[in-house]
Parts: sequence; structure tokens; C-alpha cells
Amino acid sequence: MREALLAIIERNSRIDIKELAILLGVEEAAVANELANMEAEGIICGYHTLIDWEKTSNEKVTALIEVRVTPQRGQGFDSIAERIYQYPEVQSVYLISGGYDLMVILEGKTLREVSAFVSDKLSTLDSVLSAATHFILKKYKDHGTVLARKKEDEREMITP
Amino acid sequence: MRNPLAEKVVEIKPSGIRKFFDIAQEMKDAISLGVGEPDFDTPWHIRDEGIYSLEKGKTFYTSNAGLKELREEIGNYIYRKQGIRYEHPLKEILVTVGGSEAIDIGFRAMINPGDEVLIPQPSFVSYEPCAVMAGAKPVIINLKAENEFRLTARELEEAITDRTKLLVLPFPNNPTGAIMERKDLEAIAEVIIKHDIYVMSDEIYSELSYKEKHVSIAQLPGMQERTILINGFSKAFAMTGWRLGYACGPENIIEQMIKIHQFAIMCAPTTSQYAAIEALKNGDDDVTEMCTAYNQRRRFLLHAFREMGLECFEPYGAFYMFPCIKEFGLTSDEFAMRFLKEERVAVVPGTAFGDCGEGYLRISYASSLDNLRTAMERMNRFVSKLREEKKG
Repeated sequence: MREALLAIIERNSRIDIKELAILLGVEEAAVANELANMEAEGIICGYHTLIDWEKTSNEKVTALIEVRVTPQRGQGFDSIAERIYQYPEVQSVYLISGGYDLMVILEGKTLREVSAFVSDKLSTLDSVLSAATHFILKKYKDHGTVLARKKEDEREMITP
Repeated sequence: MRNPLAEKVVEIKPSGIRKFFDIAQEMKDAISLGVGEPDFDTPWHIRDEGIYSLEKGKTFYTSNAGLKELREEIGNYIYRKQGIRYEHPLKEILVTVGGSEAIDIGFRAMINPGDEVLIPQPSFVSYEPCAVMAGAKPVIINLKAENEFRLTARELEEAITDRTKLLVLPFPNNPTGAIMERKDLEAIAEVIIKHDIYVMSDEIYSELSYKEKHVSIAQLPGMQERTILINGFSKAFAMTGWRLGYACGPENIIEQMIKIHQFAIMCAPTTSQYAAIEALKNGDDDVTEMCTAYNQRRRFLLHAFREMGLECFEPYGAFYMFPCIKEFGLTSDEFAMRFLKEERVAVVPGTAFGDCGEGYLRISYASSLDNLRTAMERMNRFVSKLREEKKG
């Protein structure tokens, strides 16, 4: 049930326990238990909302920053990653294979704010060798959801 | 001027869903649970393969019976899924324009004038007219709610005469969602062999089976050689618009079907055939994913019907529910028409699939959970209203 449950709430965390139980063909108590267990185990880390900020009056700038760093003895990349993810404006930090080490996703109010973060805070960290900043111009698809357009049901209304 | 029309065709009743279609089409804001096709898009990798074939200029006819590679892949697929081995896929498998073409030419290849074809109903709208056009005498077997709309050996036995040539076996069933389990099939296989008749097994919904893995009658001993197995890509891979199906069966029958197909159709669409190869090779995960979603919606609807006290057996196949509405004293037609006009939800009256569908509705769950939720709220309201009316 675990995978099936996760697959549903990954798409829609607002479905209530009663309906989850119906969809999965199990008891409500079983769903509640499984959710509680997965929260305790850190499998479920939150119930967030996917927002297309473009459509609001709220100005936001998102940047992907490719960061090359010097790993530290005994700690690898963990301590530098931790150093970076403490900043609240940092949305995500991933360790990446390939030409650079960390992918940092940053959200700011303005271009200047993001630039300031990169030049004043990120690049000045001792182990950071370089940072290449890419600003996101438009989000077409996020978390598996197409933001750009709503899909119409083009099927005929009634077919045999 | 002389009458230009063929009597045989004029006598065929137009499909019962036509008038609903016309009214529903006017209501842009109506929710439709009347759709007999998946709501999913064809998985991208399959579409991509179709596009790629066009880019490569694969725009010519294929061999009449279909691309060799496709027929071999169909053979592998059927073996993988059902354990049925077609040793000579190039002689025993024919790629058709949807399952519908396979139904049509299957009849035409097997029927002599006056042969009786047994058609269990409620079932897909094409069997009876296609059988009639092929010159058969259709014999309808009315399936019963108390048997969960399965075909029983007894019903079959009672319908067989000296003229019976062929039984149409449409499971998992459109419109009822009924399935035939192994034990059910074993019982009727015995009758079939005893009376030496053939079977046209339309298994287009085979992948959408929620109780146990779908069992084909061709899996049973002595049945493969007397079964035309029909399947296709529409329902399993959400490929309705690609128009691609297939028939598998004994060489002597397929050979004649190829002859008709060759003169009437030439070959199935080439682009679709290339896409279908990809579907069979790499599409299992997509099928599982879609099947999981359908199954959840199926449980949702069943629960909603139980909550509103609507009688409905639990269907284990396809993507349809077949609730009973006899308690309201309306015909299926009246119920569906009022439901559409008063609550703006389109469903199909059971009678579109045979007279014995009277008192039932076909409700498709090939629609998003959000749509189903809204539709069930409306249905609940409508059903309560009808009950009030009846009391008052």
C-alpha cells in the first residue's frame, strides 16, 4: 500500500484519509497509520503546494547555481552543503555528478537580491571554487505538472 | 429515381447513443461519463516513435497483414501476458484497423448465410450489425445481473441450435465491466467443444482487469484452435485515435480474413504500426500506471453508489460501472436524459447495448477523479430528488 499511497499524495496531498481508504480499498485506520509511520520515518517530509507565482502579483526570481567546491577531509561535501542550505533563500541543494558539485536553487525577490547572495555570501565561502548562476525565465513544467497551459478534454462527449 | 440503398443496411437500427450525443454536445459545461475511451494521452515514448517513423519517411503501405516485426511482437506479448503461443505469427496474426475491423472481417470470413451467431448482451454495439451484414442470424443471449453479467454454460447451451456457428465472447465487458474468470470459461469451453462451435473472443479490455490477471478462453485446452482472439492498442495503451487492433487465430481463418482486409483496407496505418511496436516493447509500465488509476476510480464510484443506495454489482474489468436504476420507475433513456438536462452529467442508457440493458446505465470512469467527484455529488442530488418525487 505504501507505494500506491505515496503515488496518490505526491500528486494531491489534500485528499482526505477517508477518500484515500476508498481509492486504495483499505481501512481508514490503515491509511492513517501508514501516513503517521511515513512521517515518523522521514519518508513524507511535508505537504506542500505547487504554486505558479508567475500568475500572482508577487515578484519572484528563481536561479539555478552550479557550484564547484573543495570537499573537506572526512566530511566530503556534506558540511559545505549544510553551510549553504542554512540560508533561508536557498530552496534546494543537490549533490550532482558531472562538471560541478552542487546544484543550488535559490529564490529571491529581485535579480539584484539573487546576485548579491551569490557574490557576497556564496562565493565568499572558503571551499567554494566557482559559482555559475542561471536565472529561470519561464517554468513550463514543475513537479510533473505542466504550468504553461491547461489541457482540454478533446474527446467526443459520448462514444460507444 | 430508383432507391439507391441496400435494404440490409437500411434495416439496421442506428446506434442508440446518437441522440444523447447530439444533446450532450450542445452542453459545453456538462461532465461526460459517457466516453468509451481512455482519458489518458498515449504515452509520450509511443507517440515519439510514431513521429520518428514519419521523420524517417516511413510513409508507405506495409504488408497487408501488418509489419512483420509488429506481428512477432504481438505474438510475444500474448505469450508473455497469457501464455498462448502462436507458433507462426506471420500466418496466425493479422493487424487490423482497430478491434472493430477484426470483428467485421472475422464475421465475414466465417459466416455462411443463415449461420447463427450467439451474441451475449449487454455488449459493444458493433457485434449485431456486423454479424447481420455478414449474413448471419444473430441470436441474442440476455445476460443477467444475478450472474454479474457473466455468461453461464446453461445460458449458452440453451441458445445453441444446429445452425450455431460462432459465439461472441466480449469480456472484460463493455458496458457492464463484467469479467469471466477461469472457472467460468472452463464451464463454457466444455459446451463449445461439445457442440463444435467457434469463438470470437473480443479481449480489447484484457489489460484492464482488477481482480486477477485476465484469462483468455484461448488458454484453455482445445480452445486456441477454435478461437479468433481480438485485441488492440486502444484501451490498454490509450491509443484509440491510432486505430490499431489485431486478430489472432487458426491459420485457415486468418488467411481468409487477410484476403478481405487486403481488398477492403490494404493495410493498417503505417505510423500507428511503428508506434505499436514501441508500445509492446516498452509500454508495460504505462499500462500498470493507467490500470492503477482506473482501479482507484472504480473503487471510488462503487463506494459512491453504495453510499447513495444505488444497486450495482462490483465490476472487475474495463472502465465501466453498470448501476441499476429500476427503483425510480424511469426507463434508462428517461433517466439519462433527465440526468443530463437537470444535472448536466452525460451517461449512456444501458439499452444502447441491447434491450436487456433496460433499467441500467453505463457510467465510464475514464475520467479524472475531480470529474468523478463532481459527477457523483450531482448524481446523489439527482437520485434523492427522484426518490422524493416518487414518494410525493
